[in-house]
Amino acid sequence: MSWLETLRTGWSAVRSHGLRSALTVLGILIGIAAVILTVGLGLGTQKDVSAQIDSLGSNLLIVTPGSSTGSDGVRGGFGSAATLTRSDAEALASRTNAPDVLAVAPEKSTSASLEANDTNWTTTVTGTTTDWLDVRSRELENGRFLTAEDDADRASVIVLGSETATELFGTTRVVGQSVSISDHDYQVIGVLAAQGASGSEDLDDVALVPLSTAAEQLVGGFSRNALSTIYVQAASTDQLSAADQETTTLLLNLHGITDADAADFTVSSQDALVSTATAVYRTLTVLLTGIAALSLLVGGIGVMNIMLVSVTERTREIGLRKALGAPPWAIRRQFLVEASVLGLAGGVIGAALGIVAAHALPSLLDTSIVVSGAAVAGSVVIAIAIGLVFGVYPATRAARLTPIDALRSE
Amino acid sequence: MADPFDAFPSSSDGVGVALADLHTPVIELVGARKTYRSGSIEFEALRGVDLRIEPGEYVAIMGPSGSGKSTLMNIIGCLDTLTEGEYHLAGDDIAELDEIDLAEIRNLRIGFVFQQFHLLPSLPAWRNVELPLMYRHVPVAVRRARAAAALERVGLGDRTANRPGELSGGQQQRVAVARALVGEPDLLLADEPTGNLDSASTAEVLALLDELHAQGRTIVLITHELEVAQHARRIVWVRDGLIQADEVIDR
Repeated sequence: MSWLETLRTGWSAVRSHGLRSALTVLGILIGIAAVILTVGLGLGTQKDVSAQIDSLGSNLLIVTPGSSTGSDGVRGGFGSAATLTRSDAEALASRTNAPDVLAVAPEKSTSASLEANDTNWTTTVTGTTTDWLDVRSRELENGRFLTAEDDADRASVIVLGSETATELFGTTRVVGQSVSISDHDYQVIGVLAAQGASGSEDLDDVALVPLSTAAEQLVGGFSRNALSTIYVQAASTDQLSAADQETTTLLLNLHGITDADAADFTVSSQDALVSTATAVYRTLTVLLTGIAALSLLVGGIGVMNIMLVSVTERTREIGLRKALGAPPWAIRRQFLVEASVLGLAGGVIGAALGIVAAHALPSLLDTSIVVSGAAVAGSVVIAIAIGLVFGVYPATRAARLTPIDALRSE
Repeated sequence: MADPFDAFPSSSDGVGVALADLHTPVIELVGARKTYRSGSIEFEALRGVDLRIEPGEYVAIMGPSGSGKSTLMNIIGCLDTLTEGEYHLAGDDIAELDEIDLAEIRNLRIGFVFQQFHLLPSLPAWRNVELPLMYRHVPVAVRRARAAAALERVGLGDRTANRPGELSGGQQQRVAVARALVGEPDLLLADEPTGNLDSASTAEVLALLDELHAQGRTIVLITHELEVAQHARRIVWVRDGLIQADEVIDR
């Protein structure tokens, strides 16, 4: 009995009990589709997060106040300390201090309510300098960006994100218009080109003012000199780690700290951010995949159950085949093939369902799902393996039946 | 039909006694004993049976239920092994064989016909008939041709594609006989072949067996009906695990 014939026999046995086989296959296919989807969702989210972090700019180091690696255990949380100042940013921008740093963009952000005509819109207002546009890889849709003169003059000018402009004025052609924040008027000098929505942080809903203006008019008081973030752009990818070292050394010097562990700031690279962010999603993906794998296990038990029923039902057939000269291995192989046909059907249909869902769901859920060929092929192989593994016991039972008893059974 | 894959090619005239040496008995049982154990209870189903059946014989084994005739049939059919004694089937010593070897012996040497036909309902007649050849690794084209020839021989040449459900009881049993013949075995072993048939079908099947006997087949028929047994040329009476009588019927 050739493999092909065994396969054909298995297939006709599976087909002869259509509904029963279909329900068994359903158990496997749900598991397979779930695995493909959860793995795809995990990969897709990681891709989204990476894209989001990449959209900050290129070759960036992000310096934030406070330390996330406090050595004494009592240091304030991430970003809680007001330790970065404008002079830090200016020192970093100097080619002599940090030769591998191309440009620096300090940011001082606060949430504020913008008012234009009768419209109110609350957004993040950021004080920054003229290099921000290059460092953050942004472009203007119209108008001009903040200049060094604006900063020196503490000019009351503002650059709006495209969404902010649209929310306030219903259009992005708003250069020359006036926006007021806390009863202080700002003239709109430019509008940023849309960057596209990117997860939780909307890059198009921003408002930018000169750093000096922000310190003077928006925040003021005790923390007027404090920055929320300094974006440091390395001259090239190769110089990123050199720039990282220069930034750390320089800031430690400026802050008079000798022990690097006691630093009152944190320098992170985009890569570090990506890996931190994706680690969370990876854990989630592993968890979800585990649950999906459990459902596969249940599907496998379904296969075993149905195969045991099949062996019981076909005891006489087994007895006959043995009487006619089928050796035990031939009987075992027949039932194993039958079980793997169930697994194969579940795997193929489940993979197809998973791929269809992966294309349909992103538009509903607003996340990417990445279906890799390896995941699909792997799932089908796993499905067949499940059929095989859970078929072993029923097949062995069938092979052990004695022909006399098997023939006599009613 | 030349068939290099077949250990027992059919002879050209369709009379298939595949024995080189006509002096070797098909069945030779010496001091055959079979004891069944169930916990501490022992039951002796065969208590020392000597039986010799020559090629071309048509033998009926008769006896009431519990006489040991089913056990004898299982032993002769290589479905079970002896507790004590010797069994030679067409010269092969069966006593020492394991399960896999017994399966091969059954496949090559014995054609079974059962009371309940034991046809697989999902398969057409020719697929049922070719089953013994499948376990001999005969290519499908050869199997198909030989299954068709075997069905032709039992008078069902036009029913090869029918499923068992589409055939009458007598026809189903003839398909089973075709299946028993397809492998050209040394022995045709029929266990109550007419037990589930009406009288017309019974006559049909018995006529077929007579015909096969006339062609030189060795046939062992197990039955409890004298009418059926009387088609044979020799009747072996079994009672209480022993052979009670062994008579040749003159025609």
